[in-house]
Amino acid sequence: MGIDLPLIWAVIIAFGVMMYVVMDGFDLGIGILFPFVRDDGERDVMMNTVAPVWDGNETWLVLGGAGLFGAFPLAYAVVLDALYLPLILMLLGLIFRGVAFEFRFKAKAAKRHLWDKAFIGGSLTATFFQGVALGAYIDGFEVVNRSFAGGAFDWLTPFSVFCGLALIAAYALLGCTWLIMKTEGRLQQQMHDLGRPLVFVVLGVTGIVSLWTPFEHPAIAERWFSLPNLFWFMPVPVLVLLCTWALLRAVASNANYSPFLLTLALIFLGYSGLGISLWPNVIPPSISIWEASAPPQSQGFMLVGALFIIPFILMYTAWSYYVFRGKVTVDDGYH
Amino acid sequence: MFGLEALDLARIQFAFTISFHIVFPAITIGLASYLAVLEGLWLKTSNTLYRDLYHFWSKIFAVNFGMGVVSGLVMAYQFGTNWSAFSDFAGAVTGPLLTYEVLTAFFLEAGFLGVMLFGWNRVGPGLHFFSTVMVAIGTLISTFWILASNSWMHTPQGYEIIDGRVIPVDWFAVVFNPSFPYRLAHMATAAFLATAFFVGASAAWHLLRGRDNPAIRKMLSMALWMALLVAPVQAFIGDLHGLNTLKYQPAKIAAIEGHWENVGDEPTPLILFGWPDMEREETRFKVEIPALGSLILTHSLDKQVPALKDFPPEDRANSTIVFWTFRIMVAMGLMMILTGLWGTWLRRGERLYTCRPFLHLAVWMGPSGIIAILAGWYTTEIGRQPWIVHGLMRTADASSGHSATQLGFTLALFVVVYFVLFGAGIGYMLRLVRKGPKIDGGKETSEGGPGKPRTPARPLSAAEEGLEDGETDTLPERS
Repeated sequence: MGIDLPLIWAVIIAFGVMMYVVMDGFDLGIGILFPFVRDDGERDVMMNTVAPVWDGNETWLVLGGAGLFGAFPLAYAVVLDALYLPLILMLLGLIFRGVAFEFRFKAKAAKRHLWDKAFIGGSLTATFFQGVALGAYIDGFEVVNRSFAGGAFDWLTPFSVFCGLALIAAYALLGCTWLIMKTEGRLQQQMHDLGRPLVFVVLGVTGIVSLWTPFEHPAIAERWFSLPNLFWFMPVPVLVLLCTWALLRAVASNANYSPFLLTLALIFLGYSGLGISLWPNVIPPSISIWEASAPPQSQGFMLVGALFIIPFILMYTAWSYYVFRGKVTVDDGYH
Repeated sequence: MFGLEALDLARIQFAFTISFHIVFPAITIGLASYLAVLEGLWLKTSNTLYRDLYHFWSKIFAVNFGMGVVSGLVMAYQFGTNWSAFSDFAGAVTGPLLTYEVLTAFFLEAGFLGVMLFGWNRVGPGLHFFSTVMVAIGTLISTFWILASNSWMHTPQGYEIIDGRVIPVDWFAVVFNPSFPYRLAHMATAAFLATAFFVGASAAWHLLRGRDNPAIRKMLSMALWMALLVAPVQAFIGDLHGLNTLKYQPAKIAAIEGHWENVGDEPTPLILFGWPDMEREETRFKVEIPALGSLILTHSLDKQVPALKDFPPEDRANSTIVFWTFRIMVAMGLMMILTGLWGTWLRRGERLYTCRPFLHLAVWMGPSGIIAILAGWYTTEIGRQPWIVHGLMRTADASSGHSATQLGFTLALFVVVYFVLFGAGIGYMLRLVRKGPKIDGGKETSEGGPGKPRTPARPLSAAEEGLEDGETDTLPERS
């Protein structure tokens, strides 16, 4: 058969996760930035900039989970087992935040601060443990007889905790530049001011993660630094530096749209860097997508539905963002 | 931890999260069809009370749908986090079925839910009705996939086992496994009934408080027609489902009946009440009717029903629990039938809307459908034990092997978070119910849709009432 189903499904799931990071990243960032904005009216505006689109992200998270279950059951079993605590805490954070988001709009002014705190707490928890999970994923899992053989706290390492903090910084930058794009006036100015230090923080943590990873994992170092790979992959770090430089200029010149787009580019570069490091393993450090894949009967069966419905979801998402283009102000109807 | 082993805690955790979750989809399924009926009647009769009821219940539907989505997020991950050995063993079958459920749900959300919730004034009545019907059908398609997956775990077929893992060979056989048609019909009907009793209780609550108008009367009347016509049908489907279980999972039936051994050639009695004791291998304090067990389960007076002692102790389900959960479910069903009959009797002379004892009963029957659903699921799932996939994999071999401490900790977190958040959500739904339908409120509807502040991806935004009485100054207003 000429069709490499595991590869197709790896691409679909990687794409789903990417969509999730892009679309949930900035609205988790809004929650992370909440403590920096004290004014109730401005907090309302921040919420309003994501209200029409924020829940679309959950689509990709659930689809990623279910898709992994069906297409790579072994990876689903091992990775979710190994990351038990961080994933449960991440999900609880997301639930908290999802409900707080809705009920904040419906609460009395006197009670709203409670939902604000739930929103901030949920966003921070979800982001931190997502980062921890990512770090632990890069570190890899001990697998014996097709099941996770490590300990309950293997995921808790200095590296994974650092990744958790790094992701908070990255999502904060996404949220910050999103707000620069979607707001105006004092709030936008605040975000412009916050943008510069945030860019430096993100550049710093990205650099540290990028060096720490090959330092701890010889295989990943080999992947990046051996010849001729070094030349093939060189564009990634170079583009990261270029993007950062452009981003700093854009923030300094009070640009509207480019900061967010450049941050997206940075996130995408980081994501492709991750892909380069881990390919073709779905359970690092050594189980590949082909070894972990479900039989073709399963992957083919799912593919029919996915190819029919995913384009539909994408069109719908694009339409939502298109309708919602432009600035959100304090006077907008939903506040 | 509290004498519970890790496996028990893992099972309790799954039971807790899925029990919370199932309530929302069940009401979603029922309300979606109810709304389709209401809108159809509105278009057919032009009687505005149907339209008013539609707007009233569509808000509650939206909030309920939102709660279902949020609680469902956890379910997409629980198989891997808590049951990793099962996921690896059976993921090739259950994973794709779950994925189809997810895809169906999102297709709905992106497509017809938006038109249904926000499109009343923006699309023609025909297209709007079509969207409502599609949402109703969509919820049933979701049910279809989930129950296909669950039923396969009870009566697996269409697979091969290669290298110790399940490989699907015939998807049609996998989906349409022997218990699937019965379980699907039983669950969908249960969802309809649970919703009918929820709707009926809401109406009775208003009537008891003197809020009497034609829309509220119509709610009660429709709910009781459902009770009269559908509750007996459900009993019939339940009977067929039981016969199917007898054929494929006889040990489960023996546990449900608390029936330990057959004596000679005597027909099996029916134990009405008693306390099945797994240690002593007998049902204590039992009240039984001779031969009735044979009559119900074999439709004959001489054939015997399999007994628990026909199965080795390690293959028996916990009879103490399923004996009682089954009887709770049946009791709820019988109460529903009686409520339907009494309601029909009271229709003579319009006493239905004024007979206070009956209205009190109807309020108390409000959660009966949900209780029956939970009790029924406990019966079938605990009755499948010790298997996770009947005959193929034991539950004890399926778990992820987390420590009891770890599982106890996360369970406590789930309990706290779920009670706080879903408690607030259910409280909000009941608050919407207490507001009652707005007479002649039909021209207004939420402005929303893709890219708008209110979107179908946030169904909760379709309801605009505040969480509490009084001023809610940032309430979104209709534009």
